[in-house]
Amino acid sequence: MTTPAVELKGITKRFGAVVAVDSIDLEIADGEFFAMLGPSGCGKTTTLRMVAGLDFPTEGSLKIFGDEVGTLPPNKRPVNTVFQNYALFPHMTVLQNVAFGLKMQGVDKSAAASQAREMIELVQLGGLEDRKSSQMSGGQQQRVALARALVNHPKVLLLDEPLGALDLKLRQEMQGELKRLQRELGISFVFVTHDQEEALTMSDRIAVMHEGQLLQVGSPEEIYEHPVNRFVADFIGQTNLLEGTIEDSATVCLANGVRVKATSSYSTGAKVALSLRPERAHLSMRGDGASDGSSIDGVIERMTYLGNARVYSVRLDWMEVEVREENRPGAALYEPGTEISIHWDPGAVWVVADS
Amino acid sequence: MSSTAVEPRGWFKALLHVNGWLVYIFFYAPIILLVVFSFSASRNVGVWGGFTFEWYGEFWDSQATRDSLWNSVQIAVLSTLISVVLGTMAALALERFTFRGHRVFDALLYLPIIIPDVTMAVMLLLFFAQFFDVINAVFGTDLRKGFSSIVLSHIAFNISFVSVVVRARIAGMESRLEEAAMDLYATRWQAFRYVTVPQILPGILGGGLLAMTLSLDDVVITQFVTGPGWTTLPVYVFGLIRKGVTPLINAVSVVMLLGSVTLVALSILADRARSVGDT
Repeated sequence: MTTPAVELKGITKRFGAVVAVDSIDLEIADGEFFAMLGPSGCGKTTTLRMVAGLDFPTEGSLKIFGDEVGTLPPNKRPVNTVFQNYALFPHMTVLQNVAFGLKMQGVDKSAAASQAREMIELVQLGGLEDRKSSQMSGGQQQRVALARALVNHPKVLLLDEPLGALDLKLRQEMQGELKRLQRELGISFVFVTHDQEEALTMSDRIAVMHEGQLLQVGSPEEIYEHPVNRFVADFIGQTNLLEGTIEDSATVCLANGVRVKATSSYSTGAKVALSLRPERAHLSMRGDGASDGSSIDGVIERMTYLGNARVYSVRLDWMEVEVREENRPGAALYEPGTEISIHWDPGAVWVVADS
Repeated sequence: MSSTAVEPRGWFKALLHVNGWLVYIFFYAPIILLVVFSFSASRNVGVWGGFTFEWYGEFWDSQATRDSLWNSVQIAVLSTLISVVLGTMAALALERFTFRGHRVFDALLYLPIIIPDVTMAVMLLLFFAQFFDVINAVFGTDLRKGFSSIVLSHIAFNISFVSVVVRARIAGMESRLEEAAMDLYATRWQAFRYVTVPQILPGILGGGLLAMTLSLDDVVITQFVTGPGWTTLPVYVFGLIRKGVTPLINAVSVVMLLGSVTLVALSILADRARSVGDT
């Protein structure tokens, strides 16, 4: 086994009576693009700050490449951070900002300047070295922040909501740029985001956090396809959660008594929810499809036109669900009030604990 | 809805104009009169007797005025330097850290701004009367009423003013900047030296200039706590008035006015430097 770049064991952080991070175990491999995902206040930023040394854990062990760093100050750790809103030094030029870390490490002035210039080239800001950071656009400031961190050759780069302040187009551009940089440098990037789409598209692995707890760690596919609980299923992508009880290892009895096929390892009688993604469900006129344990009846409530797709809200006996039909030529149209059946491929549904 | 404010019309508008002018006259007419009559050759204040530089000459020739001016400058410079250091430290402590007694300290720091000068003067006089002997005995110092008591008194009220000004500046500074510096291998001291200080420097300068102005202007407190040989310029002027007003007072006042205006202008410049640095 190679040493993990970052290793958290039983990390807990309390602020007074508030538990911000609750006994987290986590390993991040070297060279990994790793996302910490969760709603605001879930403890993801606190976790990142503990790795950076800006907060110290209340309990637990925190190792960077095998070295315990729990209470080392930030300037003694081989990691650098790209801060939310960048935190560039307003009184310094771009070059001075980027060279700051080298200067603090006692690198000779001309060597520091030339290394900083190289890094400024790498983030494609060549020629802007003498600008004040306040004279740069958001996207440029983001690049300066990246260069300022990367010039120190950190073993791990930490990014706190790095793209949060950028508009959509710039954000997509920077996503590609970050991936490119990470591949070229071969170090781990650990980034914090509340944007599940960003986490899915960019990361090798994702850790989903909620209320200080680490709920699930896995590849984007694992997390999207096999969420461990209701919260993860709901937070990653969109889904319909149909409550029911486990009848046996292959059958779930939904709240209205309809039995559907779904394999799971929960014990009989357990309260569960069936996760049915809108894009995996299909509509047909009632009676067209056989009742094979992969369908449920409903009535069309309304339709939302998205251009590339139509999203139907369907009223079931006890709840409303959404079904997304791609806008292909000849796709059937269903008027509100139409009695329909929703059906899906066996294996398209996933059972999560209803808690 | 129009985005501009409602434009006053007719006689109402005219009244507003008059009001504006009255305010300006009320503020500046005495200053203009003071400056004009400081060049008046007549011995009677308020009677124009032709143009002269005589009073400025007398001001410069008089040993007493020169001494008091020099006293004022020494006291202002020293008390400003010390109160800038202490005031900035207090501001940093209050703005960046939480500790036991934070709120009490915060409230106490405002006291010298709020309480009347006379009260403060009496308090300080009592303090020096009671404790200088004790302090001198314990620490082997040679504190006596005069230079030390004036400087200490000015520091006592200036700390408050400096810390209020510096605090406003620190509050406007992103605390993440210091974190970013430490993340980039700066020690706490280096983060302070290379990031915090340049960021709050306009506040420190502004606070210092304010402190210097207050120190140069103070009459009440200084008069209570001064000792033999330590008459400051404003106290001296105040003393002159009791002997009868001569145009010399006008000249001295104009010199003080120039000094104050210069300091205020400098603090405005410092303030402007800060907004330029931010945008």
